Amino acid sequence: MLLEVKDLHAGIEGKEILKGLNLQVNKGEVHAIMGPNGSGKSTLSKVLAGHPTYEVISGEVLYEGKNLLELEPDERAREGVFMAFQYPVEVPGVSNSQFLRLAYNEKMKHHGLEELDPLEFNDYLKEKAKIVDMDPAFFKRSVNEGFSGGEKKRNEILQMAVLEPKLAVLDETDSGLDIDALRIVAEGVNKLRSTNNAIILVTHYQRLLNFIVPDVVHVLANGRIVKEGGKELAYELEEKGYEWVKGAVGAK
Amino acid sequence: MVSLQPVIANQFTEQFREILKAEKSASVKAFREKAFRFFNENGFPTVRNEDWKYTNSSKLAGENWKVEVISSEGSRLDQRLEGLLNKFNLERNGFTALNAAFAEIVCVTIPKEMRVVEPITFEFSALDGSAIFPHILVIAESGSKATIVESYAGEARNFTNSAIQILVEDNANLTHYRVQKESAEAFHVGTTEVSLGRASLYNATTINIGAQLSRHDIDVKFTAEGGEAFVDGLYMLNESQHSDTHSIIDHTVPNCVSHQNYKGVLNDRSRGVFNGKVFVRENASGTDAKQSNKNLLLSNDARVDTKPQLEIFNDDVKCAHGATVGQLEEEEVFYLLSRGLNPELSRNLLTYGFAEEIINKIGIKSIKKELDEAVLNRLNTNLEA
Repeated sequence: MLLEVKDLHAGIEGKEILKGLNLQVNKGEVHAIMGPNGSGKSTLSKVLAGHPTYEVISGEVLYEGKNLLELEPDERAREGVFMAFQYPVEVPGVSNSQFLRLAYNEKMKHHGLEELDPLEFNDYLKEKAKIVDMDPAFFKRSVNEGFSGGEKKRNEILQMAVLEPKLAVLDETDSGLDIDALRIVAEGVNKLRSTNNAIILVTHYQRLLNFIVPDVVHVLANGRIVKEGGKELAYELEEKGYEWVKGAVGAK
Repeated sequence: MVSLQPVIANQFTEQFREILKAEKSASVKAFREKAFRFFNENGFPTVRNEDWKYTNSSKLAGENWKVEVISSEGSRLDQRLEGLLNKFNLERNGFTALNAAFAEIVCVTIPKEMRVVEPITFEFSALDGSAIFPHILVIAESGSKATIVESYAGEARNFTNSAIQILVEDNANLTHYRVQKESAEAFHVGTTEVSLGRASLYNATTINIGAQLSRHDIDVKFTAEGGEAFVDGLYMLNESQHSDTHSIIDHTVPNCVSHQNYKGVLNDRSRGVFNGKVFVRENASGTDAKQSNKNLLLSNDARVDTKPQLEIFNDDVKCAHGATVGQLEEEEVFYLLSRGLNPELSRNLLTYGFAEEIINKIGIKSIKKELDEAVLNRLNTNLEA
């Protein structure tokens, strides 16, 4: 098993948001975590990535059988955990290719593998850019600076392609995208889907799941998984709305 | 009224006599004498002077400096250059007066409609214990286009007191890079005076990374409509470095544009000062003036005193200004961490990016590369991995 979350309680600024969450993800699987605003979707993503303002109160997160929570965020990343940000950060003055090569080489160094020089990396990057249909002109531009919302999300998937994570958490990657941008991003994710990795799609809407078909759908409400099923569950949710599941657990 | 008070000889008196002896031009001689008199009467500015409140020059004033004469040719200036020289505000303070008294005059006139492709470079460095007084005169005649590079470097404990006067005539386009990377022992005082003609463009980037104490005064004045000035700069300091920038941008005529973006990166116990005045005079309708001063503090002991000031006497203008002093954003650091960069590299990369916004303006590859390296060096970071 790649990821196992056991009875996770976590929150922010003393407020408990996840209230006993359980989740099991195997390699080769795509899981969708759906839920209304405030259900704890983003908290889950950020706790997995190790965001410093989120606190784990109790519970366990095992990644490849090891305790993920005791790793620093950068160690998690080098070990193969990746989070695509809902709001990717702009890094003015640092070019996309500089940034990506540093990140790539940090990971290679960590695993005792060969690092790439700028020329070699550029070839590697060009190949990866095809996955999200990204123009190489973006390599020279500062990371996310002046990018449209769609370009930023594509850039997140490009980073995923470059870093080849074992576990990718896509935090509301579909938010703010028009249908064309959504298609490009989703196709990129589908190309990166493999038997060696697992992907967790965190989303409010079923729309994304038309393009990336999940193996398992979990419904999150009030900090707990309240329903699980196959891809049909997403349709049912879309039809009945979140009130339906809220009702199911008697949560407010 | 003539002052009968005897002037007390100082460490420069004897050296000034030598300079004066070598001066062949009567008018430049008069200029020097007037300047030295002012210096004798006023000395170096002290912290009691409002403009020098945060910058204490007593350490530099208390040392003995040997004036280093680069050229003993005396000055041969044409009428226009001489006219420009005589406009120098030598009574600004004791430093400008001393510069004028000892001025090593270097000049360049870019002829009308001439496009100079190669940058025109002025490079200075001084010996240990010596004082140098470069004084550059630049006239960019109408319709001309050129880039000048003014650079100060060295390994010495020296005192540089420089000035540059720039006249950008109608429709001329002048790019000015000023790089100060003197040794961490050096003292550096510099003055820039710019006068802009009709529809002219002045694009300046100033980098301050050297000297234990540095002070740069920059005055930009619009004298006819349609002028544009981009006046940007970076000070990057560590240990106990002190860097002070005082700028005045003066909109005296309508429809001119001035954008100023100064950034500071301060580590250890370093100290930065930014004082930027923008005047929009009564007559200057249609002015577009922007000013920003952002500072990144990398240590709890670093300090910045920033004072952006806009003084507007006309309603029909577009003006904005602001200053920030802060640390790296946690969200930005986390973004880099989440991509596998360690905390130190993440912080250094963000700091580098902060500085790069200014350094990226430098259009000369060799200089940009050198500054990139200087910045990374200071951050102990190697992007070539």
